[in-house]
Amino acid sequence: MKTVKSHFRFKGGVHPDYNKELARDKPVERMPVAAELCVSMSQHLGAPAKCLVKPGDKVAKGQKIGEKNGFISASVFSPAAGTVKAVEKRLTPSGGMADAVVIDTVPAEGETLPEEIRFAPLDWKTATREELLKRVEEAGICGMGGAGFPTAVKLNPSGKRCEYLIINGAECEPYLTTDFRTMLERADRVRTGVEIMRKILGECAVRIAIENNKPEAIASVEKAFADIAGNVEIVVLPTLYPHGSEKHQIYATVGRVGPEPPALPIDVGCVVENVGTAAAIADAVELGVPLTERVTTVSGDAVAEPKNVLAPTGTKYRDLLAFCGGLKEPAAKAISGGTMMGFAVSNLDIATTKTTSGLLFLTKKRVFQYGSQPCINCGRCLRACPMNLNPSEISKAVESDDIKAAEAAHVMDCIECGSCSFGCPSYRTLTQLCRRAKASIRARMAAEKAKAAEAAKAAK
Amino acid sequence: MKPKETQDRFILSSSPHAHGRCSVSRIMLDVIIALLPTTAAGIWFFGMPALWTVLVCVSTCVLTEAVCRMAMGRESTVGDFSAVLTGLLLALNLPAGIPLWMAVAGSVFAIAVAKQVFGGLGMNPFNPALSARAFMLISFTGPMTTWLKPLWWKGPEAVTTATPLAAIKALSGADAVACASPHGLFGAPVAGVPGLWDLAIGNMPGCIGEVSAIALAAGAAYLLWRRVITWHIPFAFIATVFVFGLVAGGVPAIVHVLTGGVMLGAFFMATDYVTSPTTAKGKLVFGFGCGLVCMLIRRFGSYPEGCSFAILVMNAICPLINRWTQPKPFGAK
Repeated sequence: MKTVKSHFRFKGGVHPDYNKELARDKPVERMPVAAELCVSMSQHLGAPAKCLVKPGDKVAKGQKIGEKNGFISASVFSPAAGTVKAVEKRLTPSGGMADAVVIDTVPAEGETLPEEIRFAPLDWKTATREELLKRVEEAGICGMGGAGFPTAVKLNPSGKRCEYLIINGAECEPYLTTDFRTMLERADRVRTGVEIMRKILGECAVRIAIENNKPEAIASVEKAFADIAGNVEIVVLPTLYPHGSEKHQIYATVGRVGPEPPALPIDVGCVVENVGTAAAIADAVELGVPLTERVTTVSGDAVAEPKNVLAPTGTKYRDLLAFCGGLKEPAAKAISGGTMMGFAVSNLDIATTKTTSGLLFLTKKRVFQYGSQPCINCGRCLRACPMNLNPSEISKAVESDDIKAAEAAHVMDCIECGSCSFGCPSYRTLTQLCRRAKASIRARMAAEKAKAAEAAKAAK
Repeated sequence: MKPKETQDRFILSSSPHAHGRCSVSRIMLDVIIALLPTTAAGIWFFGMPALWTVLVCVSTCVLTEAVCRMAMGRESTVGDFSAVLTGLLLALNLPAGIPLWMAVAGSVFAIAVAKQVFGGLGMNPFNPALSARAFMLISFTGPMTTWLKPLWWKGPEAVTTATPLAAIKALSGADAVACASPHGLFGAPVAGVPGLWDLAIGNMPGCIGEVSAIALAAGAAYLLWRRVITWHIPFAFIATVFVFGLVAGGVPAIVHVLTGGVMLGAFFMATDYVTSPTTAKGKLVFGFGCGLVCMLIRRFGSYPEGCSFAILVMNAICPLINRWTQPKPFGAK
């Protein structure tokens, strides 16, 4: 094992204010289970899970309450014992609606709640590859960095060989310190997770990507991985947003450039997993616990006591905030995630999921209001775009409803990282306009597909 | 304040929720700051008329901007300082002795016709200050080509003279070649072309803001340091002028760079965001085009100086250059 510096610097990127000092020195604190949990069936990328319980059911901690529903999907487990109060549509952090199981975790007088259910612990050294892969799948594990791609699908690239397993510890989003704390406090679990994934993927080289603004994390991972066998390197990346983006992380660590979507990292022989996911895999295999909790950074200048909180999934933002002492100043904006890619949320009844890496509360003076003045053609967005697109051109096309022109300008390559808007002197909502173009292109594609299917049906 | 347990009203918006604090007004202010040395140099060399021209142009531009926006029923954009900058740039592109009412006419043209008619900042196809200069050169040819002698105010009365470029133009091709002496740089063999030191500090007749290469270079360094501009356009522009000057013979190539509007044009006019390409490749093409057209006019045209026309011509094909030089996405084949 050795530590090396990254040789590859992608073009573009920005340097936002990181504000990580608010929570970086706060050890992860476990939060008691709230009286009511609201567990979404759509905590991952892909099809929402199929709900297995109905109101009135008693559920155990670790009981499966949502069944994986499709190839790209993940099962959902109850994070605590309790009684199902309702199964209803609830708002998700990203603003959509999804089925959620509302669980009352306070037992009634004299009521006993079922005991925790776990899978049988496995010894990863003796278990077979298939057993390990099955465990990752059945434990409902999905990418914990933000997108929530089901991990078992990534770890089973049928027919394609993985040469590099890249462990993402870049954590380039401002404010967030969950991956940092995981690397500091649970580096041994990350290592076990890495070894399990390496076994599943077949022998491959391992690259652990950490930005150079986290020297303590680098030291901790170095120590935990000191005697690991095989080709393992810690790659120290310069601090630059968005190094956490899969495509840019692959380039920064191994110098490979992934082709345009829909190509996946595996097409260039890489699998990228977050450090939190690695630790979750270790727990699922060695302890038999499904993924029902995660670390969330609660931070921002309006929060009384910023903390890194280990909370059950389904914890309402309201309870999470109360655990951190509430607000010390009125908050103008609440953000699920980081300031660059997180979602602004409208209320605090929204609950955490497997991908909630942060919950930020910002005072008015920290909130920036974009206003979309006319573009002055300065080219800052072109220089900032890590995908080397022309956000200025795309935004003007979308503003004049010319989605075709936006598509010709490769808007579908946009990773929505926010770098273009961040540097725009005219405060244009460039990222949002790109999103709008992508959504309308996707809608058109879906409509075309449906039409083609109908035509095929009619022809039969 | 007592900690509040909950709150239920939050601003909703699409990400990102952070901004790099770069603004249009800050950029404009930076360019204005970068122009201060050359403005000061111009006022030193050409005296009070230069100062008056600057003040009149700037205030007329700001006033025209305010009136236009009001007439169009749109919100005021005076606060972005772009009108101040246009006024300043126009003044720096005028001879110091210009009658002030002409400066007023030019300023109104710059803002009303060259900028607001197209919808304001960001929409104009041509550089407003240069459009106004072209308009004035055609409308008021005499006063626009009457040049005060530098430091005339030290003497008893105002003296007008010809610019170095006009002196070069006056030479026929054969004469120009004959004058190309290796010592030309220091000995000023061409009548009317000053020596290198005078060229550098700006001790020569010309527009208010174009004479002092040293002051312009200081401003340019500031713009590059503040990352308001990139090196591409000025480099391609000046390099093209220099190489063309070498090949064409006549006066030493450096004279072509240091006289006329090349320095002012390359760093402050051709780099105008709105009317120049956005990609690095496009900027190089644009800068090359500016240099080439400028030298073609100087060598073969009927005007002694072609810098502002060159930039205007390139402004016109800027959309085409943008079209040719779109970036390729990261990972695209």
